[in-house]
This record gives sequence, C-alpha cells and structure tokens, in this order.
Amino acid sequence: MIYLRLFFEFFKTGLFAIGGGLATIPFLTEIGQKTGWYTMAELTNMIAVSESTPGPMGINMATYVGYTVGGPLGALVATIGEVTPCVIIILLISSMIYRYKDSFYVSNALSGIRACSLGLIAYAFLSVFTSSVIYLDRYRETGDIASAFDIRTIGIFLFILVISRFYKKSHPVIWIALSAVLGMVIFSI
Amino acid sequence: MDNKASIKDLYSSFFRIGLFTFGGGLAMLPMLEKELVDKHGWCEEEEIMNYYAVGQCTPGIIAVNVATFVGFKHGGVTGAIASTLGIISPSLIIITLIATFLRNYATYPLVQKALKGLGAGVCAIIIPSIIKMAKSSITVWYLGLLSVMAFVIAEFTDIPIFTIVIFGILAGILIGLWRSKHDLS
Repeated sequence: MIYLRLFFEFFKTGLFAIGGGLATIPFLTEIGQKTGWYTMAELTNMIAVSESTPGPMGINMATYVGYTVGGPLGALVATIGEVTPCVIIILLISSMIYRYKDSFYVSNALSGIRACSLGLIAYAFLSVFTSSVIYLDRYRETGDIASAFDIRTIGIFLFILVISRFYKKSHPVIWIALSAVLGMVIFSI
Repeated sequence: MDNKASIKDLYSSFFRIGLFTFGGGLAMLPMLEKELVDKHGWCEEEEIMNYYAVGQCTPGIIAVNVATFVGFKHGGVTGAIASTLGIISPSLIIITLIATFLRNYATYPLVQKALKGLGAGVCAIIIPSIIKMAKSSITVWYLGLLSVMAFVIAEFTDIPIFTIVIFGILAGILIGLWRSKHDLS
C-alpha cells in the first residue's frame, strides 16, 4: 500500500527535520534513494519549483514529492503526513505555555526567546538580502565588487521600501504582487 | 482560550498567508502581521516572535507551527486543524496544477524574472516588520544585547540554531532571577 508508506515516510520527515522547510531536504533525498520513487534530478526540479511557487517551501516540497509518487491523493497524504507530528507537538507546547504563561520561569524564558529570535531573524534577513538584493555570492566567485550590485534589484528594493511607507495601511499582498510584476518588466527590458 | 475566532476565518486567513508566501518562514512575516495582528487582532507582535523561535527548534515547518499555535489559541484543536489545512491548501492546489500542466515551470524566463523581483520586493517589506518586532520585544537594554549576541553567534559560528535558542531560554531566566533579586520589576 503505497499511500500508507508515503504517509509514514513523511511523518518521519516531519518529526525529525528541525528548523523549517530547508531542513527537510536531506530527508527527501534519503526517501528517494531508499525507495527509488524519484531520481535526484527530479528532486532538484521539485525543489526549484517549490522555491518559486506560492506557499511555504516545506509544504510545497512534500506536496510535489507526494504527487510524483501517488498523484493528487499522494500529494494530500504526504503533506498531511508531514504536518501531523508538528501539529501534535505544537498543541502540547501551546497548552503548556497557556497554562504556565504567567509563571516566573515561563514568562522570563519567553522574553529571552524573543530577544534571541530577533537576532536570528536579523541573521536570516541578512542572508536573504545578500542573495536577492545585492549578490554577495557573485562577488565571492569573481572577486569583482561591482558584480555584486545590480541596479535593477536594488531599484525594486528601494522603490517598494519607499512606496510601502507611504501607504502603510495597504495589504502586503499588493507589494508582493507589484514586485513580481516589476521583476517581469524590468528584467525583460 | 482567548477570544474565539470562527473556523472559517481561521481557514481563510491562513489560506491567504499560504498563497502569498514565497520561500521560507521569514518571507511570511509581513503577511502574518497584517492578517493576525492588524486585521483580526488574534495575536500580539511579540507572540509572533515566540512562534518563530519555537518553530526554529521544534520539528516541522515554521508556517505550520504558527498556524497551529494561533488556531489552537482561538479555536482549540479544531481551530488548529482548520488553520493548518488553510495554510497547506494553496500548495496542494498550485503544485498539483503545475505538476500536471507545467513541469518545466521553474525554467521559464518570465518566472525567473518575477522571482528576482519578488526577492527584492519582499526584502523591502520585511524590514518594517523586523523593526516593529524589535520595538515590541526589546524592552530593556540587556535583551537588546541578547539579540546582538544571538545574531553574532548565528552569523559567525557553526553553533546550531537550536543551541542558540536554548541559550536564549537560559539567559531569559537568569535575567529574570537577577532582576527579581535586585527588585527591578
């Protein structure tokens, strides 16, 4: 029964991959090698599509791999399998947090967590920024600092930064859609 | 349980968040703020920070962690399941369509161009979200110091994120003990 196996494999992935979507990639590689359901080249394409379509990347990957193995039902089974452990664990943690959130230890632990989290968000931001607005990897490859700067991405970045300040109440959906359109237009000129 | 939200609202809010997230957890921040804090008032700025940090050191996908936390808080176990289904639904629909009709999707030049624009634009709208979060979570200077330390450790060492978060928990408790000893509350 392939669906049962699919559920089980993704349940394991969801249970042991810690730290979000990217952390699931080694598990997906292992599943492919172990079962022969897909080749590494197919997986590479699935990861590329997952990065470039709407939806959290980790969910997209589970859906795509599941679809490749077992069609639409496979997609559903794999995705549900992957999120089930997470849902159970978070339900346990959140019922604990709500029960003890006013306790001295939990409230102080949470304020420490938040401060740390801010540093980690800044770290994640820096790595996204240096690969999508300025291209640090190009500079590392070529040694030419000018190659890291693309006036087009910097322009889109600054434009969205400024215009979204003027219309603070707007839904981020507008800016997300606008930056996709700007990218299609500016990089086609 | 805090103020209850309808199952339908939870599902549709997380559906929208899923539909407009490109990439990983960070890209989701502006959508989370708009839908959860501004629009529905389901959580505070600093709660999103809690979820993000817990998501980094628990198994699974950060988006699902947030959906479960918020769904549970406002609608119990049913709410948690509705929110999680909401956030995975767009992926199921879109990926199924692409896998059926557009297998070479990722190689289309126009898609690549749109993604470059998205990368730059999303970076721009993340900045105000981060600033808002900093304002809400850094209430005293030593918490700011803790943030800077977490950033430096993550950027310049190979110490895993998990360890950094555990360090944050301990530091938070120690700061609390120190403050209560010196009666600084």
